[in-house]
Amino acid sequence: MKSARFFAVSLVLAPLAQAPAFAQVAPVPGSQAEVYWDEDDFKASQDALKKAHGGAATLFVLADRFEYQSGDGSPALLLEGQGWWGTDESRLWIKSMIDYDLDAGTFEEAEVQALWSRPVTRYFDVQAGLRHDFEPGPSRTYAVLGVQGLAPYWFEVGGAVFLSEEGDLSARVEAQYEFRFTQRLILQPRTELNFAAEDVPELETGAGLSTAEVGLRLRYEADRQFAPYIGVNWKASTGDTADYARARSEDTETLSFVTGIRLWF
Amino acid sequence: MLTRRNLLRTAAAGGLVAASGALLPAWARSASAGNKGIFEVSGNAFDLTIGHSAVEIGGRSGHAITVNGTLPGPLIRFREGETVTLKVNNTLDEDTSIHWHGLLVPYHMDGVPGLSFPGIKPKSSFTYEFAVPQSGTYWYHSHSGLQEQLGHYGPLIIDPAGTDPVLADREYVLVLSDWSFEHPHTVFARLKKDSAVYNFQQRTAGDFLKDARENGLEATLADRASWGAMRMSPTDISDVTASVYTYLINGHATEDNWTALFNSGERIRLRIINASAMTIFNFRIPGLPMTVVAADGLHVQPVETDEFQIGVAETYDVVVTPPRARAFALVAESIDRSGQVIATLAPEAGLVATAPLLREPPVLTHRDMGMDMSSIDHGSMAGMDHGATTMSDPVPQTHDHRMGVGVDNVSMVQLSRIDEPGLGLESVPHRALRYSQLRSLTPNPDTRAPGREMEIHLTGNMERYMWSFDGMKLSEVKEPIIFHEGERLRVTLVNDTMMSHPIHLHGMFFDLVVGDTDHKPRKHTVIVKPAERLSFDVTADHVGDWAFHCHLFFHMHAGMMQVVSVLPLSAASVAPPSDENPQPEVRMPDMQHEGHR
Repeated sequence: MKSARFFAVSLVLAPLAQAPAFAQVAPVPGSQAEVYWDEDDFKASQDALKKAHGGAATLFVLADRFEYQSGDGSPALLLEGQGWWGTDESRLWIKSMIDYDLDAGTFEEAEVQALWSRPVTRYFDVQAGLRHDFEPGPSRTYAVLGVQGLAPYWFEVGGAVFLSEEGDLSARVEAQYEFRFTQRLILQPRTELNFAAEDVPELETGAGLSTAEVGLRLRYEADRQFAPYIGVNWKASTGDTADYARARSEDTETLSFVTGIRLWF
Repeated sequence: MLTRRNLLRTAAAGGLVAASGALLPAWARSASAGNKGIFEVSGNAFDLTIGHSAVEIGGRSGHAITVNGTLPGPLIRFREGETVTLKVNNTLDEDTSIHWHGLLVPYHMDGVPGLSFPGIKPKSSFTYEFAVPQSGTYWYHSHSGLQEQLGHYGPLIIDPAGTDPVLADREYVLVLSDWSFEHPHTVFARLKKDSAVYNFQQRTAGDFLKDARENGLEATLADRASWGAMRMSPTDISDVTASVYTYLINGHATEDNWTALFNSGERIRLRIINASAMTIFNFRIPGLPMTVVAADGLHVQPVETDEFQIGVAETYDVVVTPPRARAFALVAESIDRSGQVIATLAPEAGLVATAPLLREPPVLTHRDMGMDMSSIDHGSMAGMDHGATTMSDPVPQTHDHRMGVGVDNVSMVQLSRIDEPGLGLESVPHRALRYSQLRSLTPNPDTRAPGREMEIHLTGNMERYMWSFDGMKLSEVKEPIIFHEGERLRVTLVNDTMMSHPIHLHGMFFDLVVGDTDHKPRKHTVIVKPAERLSFDVTADHVGDWAFHCHLFFHMHAGMMQVVSVLPLSAASVAPPSDENPQPEVRMPDMQHEGHR
């Protein structure tokens, strides 16, 4: 209706297009110049203007840990990464964690999350979606609800609860910090804790704190987006989860030396 | 292959001169390439072609979007009051536009796609036509996409219809700019992903030890804890720094040694334009005082200084009289002091001025965060007082704007900083220009008291790299800010962020409130310092829709832009609003901020 009205007005006013005043027409704030131009062209440019100033989408891919681990256990390759695509208000957020045992030639862990992320406070996003674990088997799919953001004192933190298709409830919290020796040499302490609400024998997970991990990585940002690092990583299973490991005569804790690169684009 | 000598000979023969591997317009050439100052031109029809060009910056080649093939573009010069036509041919595969920065043109000639006109389509042309009632130093640039950062800008001079009150023997244009070999799309995306990506002046363990030695461990811990609690960085001065930028004067990096010539005793007028995308500069000529004679194109009462901060899109005209025949350095240093560009003012070509070392970068304080509680005089609310000047006491935050995820801070204590020279220049051992020193040469055309006041907050979230006015990005804004034709308003800008923002209003000059005077400096762009509360009075005498934005390019693209609609009186169904008869608020205050009432 409105556009039809304006089309009519434009036609009527076309001969007056160079005249400075349009006394008969109530001007529409923000669209006053429309009378001079083709209506569709102008409307399209108005939409483009808004989108280009605060509405654009960005793609982010980060391999936070892409590393070779050696130490107590068998050597492993680990890739932990995340990425997002979207606007300030709404993002598709992908997280993945792959842990490949080089001796056994098997995946210890292979997990992918697809989440919708929305900012809820100045520094925190709420994320909801699905997680699928290909390994360790049997594969499982979980519903995910989590938060991720920047806590006071510059701690990057995240936490999520997972509900599996079998109805098992578990949770994970992560925190990391960046300690800057120089503009390019950065020490990153990191911790991750996993919890389970009940025993899940198929996954060899016991109720309570199931695994804990602490890492310390020293990286050199040759470029902000490309940083080789070295570090140590300690991982332990606890409680009933540790019992499952012992039953399979696996280590309940491993200390690894890591060498890797952190990169993003 | 042309050798340099051949090239120069050819150039001299043909009246064409090469500089830095690219042909530059006469005004931007170095003295060694024949530039002895710019001259008046007559003419009022211009043909401008927008296209892709290879450019050489600091010895490295890059790709630019240029006007008539050069970076910067040609000097457009015409006479006040004359009708000019500017035909713009777009040879690009994308839309383009030219905005005439600071020119009082009809709104449909202002060159903002989506506001003034639909833009200039690929492989088509558009003719601007206008006459403007002003003279002075201005510039032009693209308002489309990210073209401005790629080189689509140039200077524009309007000679006065009568005699010029500024007498000079010679004049030069100095276009300051920032060039990135990284594509602006990449720069913006990197900022979105990691807003500190270009900051190589962050505080380190070494700084901690140094501060602990100087100030004591306890004080240093308390300081770090306080910034950490806020998740703010005191070294966050420039988002994009010399780590990716090459700073330019007239398209030349420092190593080109762009040179302007003078004869001893001559009065030289320098027309300095900050055509950067993201760089606020400190400009000085060590050993040579400058007399500021114009700001943003309009004449001011002469004021002598040694250094000034020039926001993106601001212009200053200064007159210098080098007392003896030696080389002087023209120094443009970025506000964060990550880099600088130096040119030479010399009695003959071939001299190189001694370049000063980069100075220590400024570090923000709690004052810049709007947290300087000690400065509040609890008995006073002078800044809120309608009739008061802004030379007032600090004002506590009372405004009720939207506090969404895009607003990481509010200045609890807003300061009048109009009498400060700009971040980092507070303690330089020489004179530094303050806005409060500027006085219009001529009386202000409208000296009515403002009939209405509005307060607009400059807001942002550095971590998310979101920037806005009143917490609303342009992409979210539903209604323009309404001015009514003929009304006199006072607009108060409050900077809730810790960065300096050069704020630009299209279509109108505003009178910066620097005290109780009818000679307020009239500007089109003003730097609002961190935590500053600053006012300007403006007469809404140009009907139309006008862009109103931060001229830091990526802040604007992140959303720090709104539209001011000056509605014609003849169409208004109601009397123009006043404080007694206020217009309904057009922007909706929405959520309340967590930590403030």
